[in-house]
Amino acid sequence: MSGLAERIAAAKAEGRAALIGYLPVGYPDVDASIEAMVAMVEAGADAIEIGVPYSDPGIDGPVIQEAVDVAVRAGVGMRDVLKAVEAVSGAGAVAVVMSYWNPIERYGVERFATDLAAAGGAGAITPDLIPDEAGEWIAASDRAGLDRVFLVAPSSTDARLRSTTAASRGFVYVASTMGVTGARDTVSDAARTLVDRTREARPDIALCVGLGVSNGAQAAELAAFADGVIVGSAYVREMLEGRGADGVRALTADLAAGVRRAGVPA
Amino acid sequence: MTTTSPPQPGELSLPARPGWPDETGHFGIFGGRFVPEALIAALDELTEAYEAMRVDPAFLEEFARLQRDYTGRPSPVTEVPKFAEHCGGARVLLKREDLNHTGSHKINNVLGQALLTKRIGKSRVIAETGAGQHGVATATAAALMGLSCTVYMGEEDTRRQALNVARMRLLGAEVIPVTTGSRTLKDAINEAFRDWVTNVETTNYVFGTVAGPHPFPAMVRDFQRVIGDEARVQVLEREGRLPDAVLACVGGGSNAIGIFTAFVPDDGVRLIGFEAGGDGVETGRHAATITGGTPGVLHGARSYLLQDDNGQTIESHSISAGLDYPGVGPEHSYLNDIGRAEYRPITDAEAMEAFALLCRTEGIIPAIESAHALAGAMKLGREVGPGALLLVNLSGRGDKDVETASAWFELGEEAAPTDEDDRAVEVGRGADPGPGLDTDQQPTEGAVSNDGAVAGPEAGETA
Repeated sequence: MSGLAERIAAAKAEGRAALIGYLPVGYPDVDASIEAMVAMVEAGADAIEIGVPYSDPGIDGPVIQEAVDVAVRAGVGMRDVLKAVEAVSGAGAVAVVMSYWNPIERYGVERFATDLAAAGGAGAITPDLIPDEAGEWIAASDRAGLDRVFLVAPSSTDARLRSTTAASRGFVYVASTMGVTGARDTVSDAARTLVDRTREARPDIALCVGLGVSNGAQAAELAAFADGVIVGSAYVREMLEGRGADGVRALTADLAAGVRRAGVPA
Repeated sequence: MTTTSPPQPGELSLPARPGWPDETGHFGIFGGRFVPEALIAALDELTEAYEAMRVDPAFLEEFARLQRDYTGRPSPVTEVPKFAEHCGGARVLLKREDLNHTGSHKINNVLGQALLTKRIGKSRVIAETGAGQHGVATATAAALMGLSCTVYMGEEDTRRQALNVARMRLLGAEVIPVTTGSRTLKDAINEAFRDWVTNVETTNYVFGTVAGPHPFPAMVRDFQRVIGDEARVQVLEREGRLPDAVLACVGGGSNAIGIFTAFVPDDGVRLIGFEAGGDGVETGRHAATITGGTPGVLHGARSYLLQDDNGQTIESHSISAGLDYPGVGPEHSYLNDIGRAEYRPITDAEAMEAFALLCRTEGIIPAIESAHALAGAMKLGREVGPGALLLVNLSGRGDKDVETASAWFELGEEAAPTDEDDRAVEVGRGADPGPGLDTDQQPTEGAVSNDGAVAGPEAGETA
């Protein structure tokens, strides 16, 4: 069974949603980012999305881009990412890499799969790679026993929900709103609708919701119908505003309580 | 002004399309769609609507009418014998896209995409722009067709191309300076994609070149191929033969694909794209993507790109804002790899030499982008020798570039004499005329000195 699916199922067995936190490697530097990821794990995150810095992060909003630009300029690369993978899985969480496609293609798809598995990583989320273009990655992740997480969006047709979920392993990333990453005051009703539609397309895979979640109350709201809650920009903001591992720890505590709250069915 | 009669209703026929891309937008290993899932529905909608539109007689008629009555097509072919004296005895014909309304080939594509926007019922267009030519063209088409328009432009480029910023604003477009990343075209594209993914229900992305995710490379090619379709007929009519080589500058590559496409089946015709070599490819400060890059994924497609070992895009450098792009359209990568087209770098200095030469010898001020193709003609002509017939795509005019050119040739304030007493002697000219200009050329008596001209930035702000 996949590392991610197992962990999300374990959370479900506890009557809660899984908490997945994102941070990019290399902001403010490699060591500090890894320290913050470990703090996330210690404070109750189930899985960490380990972000690969990329110069042209087309689906990310200004908060994530600001942090990632620093890492790109510092020359942070896949070797640093693999170091973070080892640290996170060593700390007891599931490590999943989040990467735009070009850094993986440049590193070498087969080599990436092999090295990621060796570092203890569970798989990768690829926000700009659709299954239609993913032949090489699907083959490589199969060989290495890695999860591969594709995204679905409110604009996805039912046919695409079926093909995308069929190609996914570990979980499906439900991008709840049309737009880029970034905290939002309200988590769109579209999230619920999309989760329902996706579940109909494939009932036997975990659905984790991301884009816009920034606090425990929102996490609780989503936990009522999603298998996992993904938080990114809110974590990056903690880092950008200099609160570092302590800020990350506090935010995680709030979010972890949120996913444990008996979510009021929306 | 036109040299051949425009197609009449009922006569419209579609020229044969190349055998690529395949149905999913792949040119061999290049092209495809590397975008967030959220955009797939919009790209599918565009593809479907475009495939229906491109064979719809009503569209073809309206498109042909706009090209004739609004753009001023067909654009003429001009022979430039005095310029050709510097091309090793080759004869040089220019395809005059600089004479199009808005001043470049960009209008060809934009009119097609604006019609498509209306067809799919969207009311707002967005665009990226580097030199500003595509932004101006999009703002123009939006004004013509009653669409609201937002143009993303790197902050650095808004400074280099202040005149075009003013033009876009006059045309009613909102121009948003992009301050992320390198603040040039690549970052403007990132911002435009972000806008699109957020506002896709109301908004169509009018992409300016033959890059990006499917269907843009094929669709923009189809809208631009009129350049080569016309030129092939024009050259055959006047020369009774095909050219030996077709030359064009390549940034993203839309004007080059536009003039190449009709000639792709003509095996004897060399197709040569000239990339921006900046300070020289060996310096690393260039935008010669095929010459100096490697295959990778950027802005939604696989193609050659300038990248480092981590897969990060490397910032490009070129005196020409329109060529200052670290990627290139996937069809060019394909044409390169199958050996049908060649790609070579032209440095800033070589391009500016050709720029000055065309101005002085033929009275045509080319866009600095197009000057790269002219410099290519100078080099190629010397290689192939007398008698060769070269067709060069003069993709745009240089009005937007006078400030850059003035700085390059030191025609502006920096070169102006500081001592009042010297003024009579050196009317408006510095000591060194800069590369490409003759030292023996004397200013015309009574001419307005450069001191009297409005400085570029001020002109831009007050326009």
